[in-house]
Amino acid sequence: MKSLLPGAERPVVQFENVGMRYGLGPEVLSDVSFRIAPRSFQFLTGPSGAGKTTLLRLILLSVRPTRGLVSIFGEEVSGISAKALTGLRRRMGVVFQDFRLLDHLTTYENVALPLRVQGRSETSYRAEVVELLRWVGLGERMHALPPLLSGGEKQRAAIARALIARPDLLLADEPTGNVDPGLGRRLLRLFLELNKLGTSVIIATHDFGIMDAVDARRMVLGEGRLRIEE
Amino acid sequence: MSAPATTRNQAESPSGPADPSLPTNLRRNAALVPTDTAAGRSLAAVIAILTFLAGLCAGAAEIVATNAGQWQGDVAQEVTIQVRPGPGRDVDADVARAETIAKSEPGIAEARVFSKAEAERLLEPWLGSGLDLSDLPVPRLIALKLADNRSADLKRLRTRLTEALPGVASLDDHALWLQRLSTAANAFVGIGVGMVILVLVATGLAVTFATRGAMAGNREVVEVLHFVGADDDYIARAFQRRFFGLGLRGGAIGAGLAILAFAVAGLLARAARSGPAGQEVEALFGAFQVGLRGYASVILIGVIASLVTGVVSRITVRRFLS
Repeated sequence: MKSLLPGAERPVVQFENVGMRYGLGPEVLSDVSFRIAPRSFQFLTGPSGAGKTTLLRLILLSVRPTRGLVSIFGEEVSGISAKALTGLRRRMGVVFQDFRLLDHLTTYENVALPLRVQGRSETSYRAEVVELLRWVGLGERMHALPPLLSGGEKQRAAIARALIARPDLLLADEPTGNVDPGLGRRLLRLFLELNKLGTSVIIATHDFGIMDAVDARRMVLGEGRLRIEE
Repeated sequence: MSAPATTRNQAESPSGPADPSLPTNLRRNAALVPTDTAAGRSLAAVIAILTFLAGLCAGAAEIVATNAGQWQGDVAQEVTIQVRPGPGRDVDADVARAETIAKSEPGIAEARVFSKAEAERLLEPWLGSGLDLSDLPVPRLIALKLADNRSADLKRLRTRLTEALPGVASLDDHALWLQRLSTAANAFVGIGVGMVILVLVATGLAVTFATRGAMAGNREVVEVLHFVGADDDYIARAFQRRFFGLGLRGGAIGAGLAILAFAVAGLLARAARSGPAGQEVEALFGAFQVGLRGYASVILIGVIASLVTGVVSRITVRRFLS
């Protein structure tokens, strides 16, 4: 429910003094604090190895912080149950840098996966999956298995899979890294459109061309620390 | 530039192919866990072999149990009165008296007195032929056939014989033989059942290893399924479906081969039985026939192997994920 006071809505993601290290190694992230407001759009950027992917993994709850508090959709996640975790993940869409498409499923089946695991019947989502596939230019490739797709086609299939369930939060790791500039801009417009419809968007990217095209908040990671550029 | 909006609107549309231009041959619901892999085929082969062996054990146990039952029935249907000759006694009179007592007893369908010559012939296998046994006190036998309704009171018959012909007539109901036969048959059936259980346990262990291997091999599939919102139960069901399918295939092949083996062995046994040697073998060891119950137990083992496969894989996946 929308709050009457602007800015008083529960943040979609909230980090407070989060630190993260793998095993006994050095801290990959140190004292990271930020909020992602509902319906906001931001870029996450920084040099390679700065911790962008780790930050996305923390939001996805695939790793837990070494210290600090992480709240997703208003829920503090340190002692979260498996059922609640599944519920939170169903509200997120994610585009992996390495796509993570399932090689034994067709493009259509890969894109339909988030709806299928919700227990929906295939007939109930068929039209919307096909329409989205056509929109991202994969209408003729929906039969194809991922190993037969080009890098750009895999990228688009991964984006379509992240969008199909109309998530409240979209995380995209280098989503325009493998596509030509024209298609990159088109995909960016798609993310903006989705954002206008209410989805919070975090795009991790190195691509200044994409970042300069949109007037959006930038979260800059460097040496494990986060700087926000409004 | 309105794909998400369109998508949003269509989510509420009724099910069915809204777009007639949708490809009809589009593959839509393939198994989430890859099925036709080399590891899967190997597991199905292992389950088939184990089911086949378990089926053979169960069928063999069934043959023994059936034949032992028949033997016991036949032996229990007959009792024998032994009349021993004694000094100063007329053994023919004693035999006649014992026969009269036996015939007067209810539940005795038939009494057949073995003549002296017949009794002596029974000793031929041990003493050889051509001997003059007239001086030997060869006991005389009366074979009694019991009525089918088993109403004969053997205890009373034994008492009456002991009272009428003390120290001369005795009743042998073959209880010792029956007991030994029953013990041997039960032991064999027990071993058969034990082997079936062992084979099913081995199937479970093989499936555990295979599931763990499949989980490790499909780590990325599991991770992606988690990220797109599948819970552990959904993933466990996907693996269970895959392994149940493999178990069903292996179980069906193994049980089918076991049934085929018994059918072929039965036909060969029937062909061999036609000769005199075959009849002797059958008289000694019983008929080689599995029967409906045996075939049903082989099928049941196939079904149980499939179920074990499904359940064990589900438990293994749940443990792996937790």
